[in-house]
Amino acid sequence: MKPFLLTGTLNRSATIFLAIVATAGVLLPALNLLTPDASALHVPTYLVSLFGKYVCYAILALSIDLIWGYCGILSLGHGAFFALGGYAMGMYLMRQIGTRGVYADPVLPDFMVFLNWKSLPWYWHGFDMFWFAALMVVLVPGLLAFCFGWLAFRSRVTGVYFSIITQAMTYALLLAFFRNDFGFGGNNGLTDFKDILGFNVQADGTRAALFAASCVALAASFLICRAVVDSKLGKVLVAIRDAESRTRFLGYRVESYKLFVFTLSACIAGVAGALYVPQVGIINPSEFAPANSIEAVIWVAVGGRGTLIGAALGAVVVNYAKTVFTSGPLAPYWLFLLGALFVLVTLLMPKGLLGTWHAWYGRRKPAPTAGATPSDETEFAGEIAKPHMAE
Amino acid sequence: MIPRLAVPLRVLSRALSLLAAIGLAAMIATATAARAGSFADAVALFAAGSFSDSADAVSQIETSGNPLALPIVNALHDGRLYADEASKTVVIKQPDGKVINAATGAPAAMPADAGVVRLNNKLRRRIAAALGSLTLLAADPETRIQAARAVYKSHDAAALPLVEAALRKETNAAAKNALGDARAAILLFKPDAAEADKLDAIATIGARGDQEALALLSSIPGNLSPAAAKSAQSAMQAIKSRLALWSMVQDAWYGLSLGSVLLLAAIGLAITFGVMGVINMAHGEMVMIGAYTTFVVQDIIRARYPAMFDYSLLIALPLAFLVAGLIGILIERSVIRFLYGRPLETLLATWGLSLILQQAVRTAFGPNNREVGNPSWMSGAFDLGHISITYNRLWILCFALATFAVLLAVLRFTRFGLEMRAVTQNRRMAAAMGIATSRVDALTFGLGSGIAGIAGVALSQIDNVSPNLGQSYIIDSFMVVVFGGVGNLWGTLVGAFSLGIANKFLEPFAGAVLGKIAILVLIILFIQKRPRGLFALKGRAVEA
Repeated sequence: MKPFLLTGTLNRSATIFLAIVATAGVLLPALNLLTPDASALHVPTYLVSLFGKYVCYAILALSIDLIWGYCGILSLGHGAFFALGGYAMGMYLMRQIGTRGVYADPVLPDFMVFLNWKSLPWYWHGFDMFWFAALMVVLVPGLLAFCFGWLAFRSRVTGVYFSIITQAMTYALLLAFFRNDFGFGGNNGLTDFKDILGFNVQADGTRAALFAASCVALAASFLICRAVVDSKLGKVLVAIRDAESRTRFLGYRVESYKLFVFTLSACIAGVAGALYVPQVGIINPSEFAPANSIEAVIWVAVGGRGTLIGAALGAVVVNYAKTVFTSGPLAPYWLFLLGALFVLVTLLMPKGLLGTWHAWYGRRKPAPTAGATPSDETEFAGEIAKPHMAE
Repeated sequence: MIPRLAVPLRVLSRALSLLAAIGLAAMIATATAARAGSFADAVALFAAGSFSDSADAVSQIETSGNPLALPIVNALHDGRLYADEASKTVVIKQPDGKVINAATGAPAAMPADAGVVRLNNKLRRRIAAALGSLTLLAADPETRIQAARAVYKSHDAAALPLVEAALRKETNAAAKNALGDARAAILLFKPDAAEADKLDAIATIGARGDQEALALLSSIPGNLSPAAAKSAQSAMQAIKSRLALWSMVQDAWYGLSLGSVLLLAAIGLAITFGVMGVINMAHGEMVMIGAYTTFVVQDIIRARYPAMFDYSLLIALPLAFLVAGLIGILIERSVIRFLYGRPLETLLATWGLSLILQQAVRTAFGPNNREVGNPSWMSGAFDLGHISITYNRLWILCFALATFAVLLAVLRFTRFGLEMRAVTQNRRMAAAMGIATSRVDALTFGLGSGIAGIAGVALSQIDNVSPNLGQSYIIDSFMVVVFGGVGNLWGTLVGAFSLGIANKFLEPFAGAVLGKIAILVLIILFIQKRPRGLFALKGRAVEA
């Protein structure tokens, strides 16, 4: 129903969103590089990296919204795909260090020398080439999602069961990546990066370029998601979300649709992770923590699920709030606020910021969207139906 | 041949030991009197200055039977024995600083030119053997057993005569056993021991059947006769297979223990998730609240009524049930009630609640681990065969099973249980029959939370009580409930114990972390095969 609701404003809001992303992508690096340090307009480099981080989170939120908002699949393991993409990029960056590491080994990263490893494990080969790493950024999360989804959707693992086993998946990966003999730096992860594509990761210019690249990736992901949900495929996805059994009885291969969109979403999450790592400068197993994945889900809920733009907005708003809170004297209260956000958004604002805004906007200007506003019943029909049918 | 001989020998030796004990005592008494002078001479040898003189002195003192022998050798060992060459006086500096004359035991002054009696490695070995033999004849049986164990480990051939003498006069069964083992160990390593003795020794050591015996047998020097070597080999084989069996028993016990912990953590979830269909991500925090209730109770008891400490857990149990249960009811009334039928939203809201509860506890009690003590009846351990079982693990196993039984009984035999099952099976019909369904919902959620609370009391005994306590159990608990089958308490029981035991049996092969990963992967695969768990509900209720 959602796309119809937004038909009147769809193109306009999408255009506005893309314009904002493009402006930010050009303006922030420009203000960082072209203005002198003393200027009032100058944007310090750490802010560029900070906003770059938010943009990566926004891409992750988009990928979650694609499956949760449009297909009703709540994945509590999307942080795993994000982290896998990050690790793929981290491996490339590690290989770029070369002899500049502490142990100055031309091939082996420092932590392997430290562990007395004699040669590179087979899965580290090829990561010295950017194109290979870039391929892996998409391929590894995609492949994991494909295998996992193939098994899960085929046996019709749905709803909360799917959420719980995705959480178990990311938890298992967390434990695995904590191990030293797994070959990914164990507890410390991968860090101390030097170069990306021959440019110094710490340099202002590289930071600005990475921010711009993140904005491009956000815009591209948004367009891809938009294209998916606007197509006939997207209509089927919404149908699956609202009445899975009915869609299946109508002759659609529900599993294939879900598998496609889940895999696509994992690939997007992987790209987000890959852009995140060089800007933050570290990737370690804590990125796999189940709490991270759930937190990403709340960004989408805050922004408004099933709106794409809302998801990106929610990611930026929540993370900005997190930065403000955790860096000030209010730090102990951040978890109270985050917890309250979870409760209040689900209880009082199930459509999120954007949905609430649209509802309010729609009331004020009833003409274009009147009659098309879905009630809560249709929105959550699928989920409501389940327990009551059971009883 | 040998076992048949052993019994009469043992009877004989017991009879002899009685005689020997009387005889030896008489002998020592007369010898002490007669050789009082020679004991002083022996002590004076320490003042002669050479290592060999000191060694002679140790040997003579060792066999003197004088009550001062042990203090002297001890002092020599610790570097507290002083000798003055000129006056030939030897004194002991006691650990408390007092000085006594080594030959008479009378208080003395430290001679001006006295120096510490020096030691070399040969002398040190001699001292060790002498200490062993002196303590083998000590009055306290526990000291004798310890000494016998020391000899068993060192298997020093020099100690053989003393061990045999001690064995003859030993009356305490445990000490006799230990001495017999020590004698066997010595004989095993003595190159010129008789063939029959060696075979006998191998049989004795083999009967011990523990890791130490295995190490001893495998380090026998290679000059054994073929028959003895063969018997040593078979004894080692027997020990190995016995140890393998015991290690399986050990794994099974650890598995049961882990299973009981999982059961405790998951059983409340089996109510809220399994029966009500509510995904309660704050379940782990209910466990944590139970653990903190225990902490508060113990804190008050420590401060006000220290004598009641052993009852602290019994007081904490109902309190934890009430506190966690009331918080549960509060959560149900204020949040979850509005989210029935929207499981994904419930999941997110309860996750938010778990963050709030964690942070609240962190603010109130601080982020560090709090000290929760074991009452005396829960601390310590006992040995069962070759495994050691700690009382707190055993109590928790019993407690988990008792909780399960009580819960089952509540569901089966009480009015509330009946109403609960009715609402679960057919809400509208139950409402039509006059059951206040929303009250039942609240109470059911309270029951599940309360059980999580008492699980917290038990887990506070074996885990760190910190604000993150609950987090570590939540995924495991969900795995247990999902694996066992939602809506089925028996499934939870079987799920908890099979996951616990599987985990502990995988650990030796894969390591703790990989074992856990393997279990998670297996569950994920298992859910593909049986999406509704081990004990799935059948019929219409399935197609939710």
